[in-house]
This record gives sequence, C-alpha cells and structure tokens, in this order.
Amino acid sequence: MSEQVLKTDIAVVGAGPAGLAAACAAAESGLRVIVIDENPWPGGQVWKRDKRGARGAGRGAGPVAQARRWLRRFNASGAMLLERATVIAAPAAGVLLAERAQQPLRIHWQRLILATGARELFLPFPGWTLPGVMGPGGLLSLAKQGWPVKDRRVAVAGSGPLLLAAAYGLKRLGARVVLVAEQAPFSALAHFAFTLGPSKLGQAIRFRSGLLGVPHRYGTWPIRAEGEEQVCRVALTDGQRTWIEECDLLACGFGLTPSVELPLLVGCELKNRCVQVDDCQATSHPDVYCAGEPTGIGGADCALVEGQIAGYAASGQSAKAEALFGRRSTWHRFRERLATAFALRPELKSLATPETIFCRCEDVTLGTVRRFSSWREAKLHSRCGMGPCQGRICGAAAHTIFGWAVDSVRPPVLPARVASLIAEAAASAEPQATR
Amino acid sequence: MRPVTILINGRPHQVPRGTVLAAAIAEALGPALRRSVSGQPRGPLCGMGVCMDCCVTVNGQPHVRSCLTLCEDAMEVRTNE
Repeated sequence: MSEQVLKTDIAVVGAGPAGLAAACAAAESGLRVIVIDENPWPGGQVWKRDKRGARGAGRGAGPVAQARRWLRRFNASGAMLLERATVIAAPAAGVLLAERAQQPLRIHWQRLILATGARELFLPFPGWTLPGVMGPGGLLSLAKQGWPVKDRRVAVAGSGPLLLAAAYGLKRLGARVVLVAEQAPFSALAHFAFTLGPSKLGQAIRFRSGLLGVPHRYGTWPIRAEGEEQVCRVALTDGQRTWIEECDLLACGFGLTPSVELPLLVGCELKNRCVQVDDCQATSHPDVYCAGEPTGIGGADCALVEGQIAGYAASGQSAKAEALFGRRSTWHRFRERLATAFALRPELKSLATPETIFCRCEDVTLGTVRRFSSWREAKLHSRCGMGPCQGRICGAAAHTIFGWAVDSVRPPVLPARVASLIAEAAASAEPQATR
Repeated sequence: MRPVTILINGRPHQVPRGTVLAAAIAEALGPALRRSVSGQPRGPLCGMGVCMDCCVTVNGQPHVRSCLTLCEDAMEVRTNE
C-alpha cells in the first residue's frame, strides 16, 4: 500500500473562514502551509459553492464578496490545499494521519492550527429520524449542489441566525418556504437586533425582505414530525396552542455546536464543549492553535479574525497578531450576545418520548439512554454513540439534554478504511528514528 | 457543461456536472437513502459529512458519504446496503 508522507511548517485542519485566514496569515510570511479539508472545495460550510458557481446565501452581496476576496487571497498565499482529505488520527506528537482518495496520508507538522468549524445541533423529537427532516444548513448546502427543493414545501424550524439564511437561500432556489419558526422569543431577538452593526443588520433585513409573504413565528418550536417513508407534516407549538403544517421537507436545527473531535484527540483542553485558547489562540497543547467555531460559536467574521491571529502567532508574527486583538474583542462581544439571544428554552429538552430514537446510528431510544447517568455509561451499556457517526449527533444532544460531559474520543475519529489503520499500526511499530 | 451519467441501483440517471451524490439519489429515489439498523427509512440529516445517514456503496466501496461525494461519469451507486 502506498502511504504518502508530507512535511510542513504549519498544518491547518479545516478550509472554512478560520482555516483560510490562518493559512493566509502564515503562508504569506513564506512558511510551508498545508490545509486539509474533507470537502471538494475550500470555503467550509458557510461559503459553500453553489452548483452554478456562486457562493454563499446571496449573490453579489456582502458574504459572497467576502468569500471571493479570501479565496483569492488564499490562492495567492502559497499555501497548499489538500481537499477531500479526512484526518482520522494523531498517532504521535507532530503527526496527523489522514485519508485521501482511499489512500493513507501522513503529515508531519511543526505547528498545528485546528479550524474544524461547527455543525448543527440536533435535538430528538418524535419523527426527527424521518427522511426529509434535515438541518437547515445541511439542506441549504445540499440544495446548492442539486438536492431537489424547487416547488417543495419547506418548513424551517429550530433556532439561530442560520434559520433565516437557510430559508432565504432555499426560497431563492425555488422552495416554497411555508414557515420559519424560531424558538427564541421575539423580545430577545429584538434586543439582539438593536445591538447589531450595519453589516449584520443589513444582512438580516435583506433576508427578511427576501422572505416577504413567508410567516415568521417567534417563541415557536416543533414538537413532532409525521410521515411514513418521509416527512409530510410537522406539529408546532408556541406554548399556548399546537397546530400542524403540511410540508415536504422539515429543515430543523437548534443552532450550532463546535466540532471538537480533533482538538480532543490531539489533547486540547475544553470547557463547556469549547476549546480553551489564550490571547494568541494557542491551546493547552504545545504548538497547537485553534480558531473559529471550536472556541465558541461566533460566526464567519469572528472566525476570520481568530484565524488570522492564529496564523500570525503560529508563524512568529506576534505584532501582527496583537494588532487584531481589538477587533476580536468586538466579535467576542457579538458572540456573547448571540448566545444570549438564541438561548434554548428548557421545553426543547423534553420533546422526545421514551420511544423516540436518541442515537440514530444504533437506533437506541431515549427511554434506554436516560436509564444511565453518564455518556460513558450509556455508551458502554446501550451502544448509544457507538455507531458510524461516533456520537457526533447524539453526543451533542446528550450534552444539551442531560448535561453530560461528552469529551472522550478515540481514533479513528471517523470510520476509516482498513488500509489507513494498518498503515498507522505499521508506522507506530517502527523505531522512533523514522518519525 | 456536459451532464454526468451515474448508475443508481443499476438504473442510469443523468445529472448536471457538480451535483453531489446525495442530491442525485434524492432526485431519483426520494429522500430515503438507507435503512437503519432496525429497518427504519433514513435520509441525510447534516449534509456535511457528520451524521453518516447518507452512506451508500459507490463502485463497490461501502459506507461512502454521499453528501461529500460529487457525481462522476459511470459511477455505480447502491443504496439500502
């Protein structure tokens, strides 16, 4: 089997805003930088390429121009992109093992920048496993690459700024958005909107005006999805009354949760599911930096500033890093207001019934999972979180619903082809001198 | 640009170039891409390679995340495996 070995000054994992900004900041100083990402294109989820060539949720507007600017800068930076590559293990200090085109790939690094982004938070409710119930961001992302949404009735529910962006993007792709239901109360969001700067406020207004005629409900959440082979209606409540919306697709997610498997695997310290970093975005682990959503959900602008700071700091350009501390503070304040405005209501923790599937991979029900007192115990005795997603979906739900610490991770962090694992085992057995 | 033809469960389907595999299957068969361990229908949830609910067999390779895979000419795809 052919194992490819690469050596680099700086390895960046993730080619979203944080990773691209970090790579630019470091590579422009002349260091060798390798960026690893699972997707076919750089840009992460937030700047996902439209099948027809455009990027982002709108055309010609703020976020798209920003994405183009950064991608141009990245292409000129000298950093090398390894797309469609998945990191599966960190077998030794200074080494990442990845898989690309079904071949193992070993990357030796001096400094590592983790920009692993975030994913949508899914909370179980009756019917949430039906085909056609998808994350709002997930559905938009697939719709941009051909998932059929034209003339389909889409109910958008859950929480967070992504709901509006997804509803807007899906409508532009021809979907009939029947409803946007945000669980946060109107008062919290009005207060939040009042604190927004002109660019974010402009974006929100553009989304809202693009969704004219689509009912928006605040303080409203889904309680049940129904259908046989796929979703065909959703029951919602505002706490007072309950009603049914007919739909072909239910886009439902409860905000974002940091993707921290790789930081955990490398040995970075976490607090409340966020990677702990110092002023220079350095983690608790020597020579490992972290930027963007894994340090706290703050959006693309926050990620860009953190990414640049990490890239400058990791490449020894501390003055340039320090010059950005002020801007980062501004975005960190935004991050806090975001968390407050879209705080999840307690009712969302009890939507599932004992029969509701909690772990989608192993079909473990809530009734089974809640017999245990910790994530570890649930995994050991019920197989919850032991399937192919390795607890990425139900682990975040368990943290939200039961308050369990979900901080154990074992390589491979994703199901890897056997060849990669054999290569890893063989390399680990070799004398240290080969490292 | 020239479209791509893939085989889904043995039947040819033509899709625009740049279409992601999960989308091509949904267009052909609907949103259910697989059966769960207890036999329930499942489709993609996250759309970004995390949930594994969109896994299919591609050219004999099982457990391929169809949401991260672009359609390529003559690709042979099997669902419900």
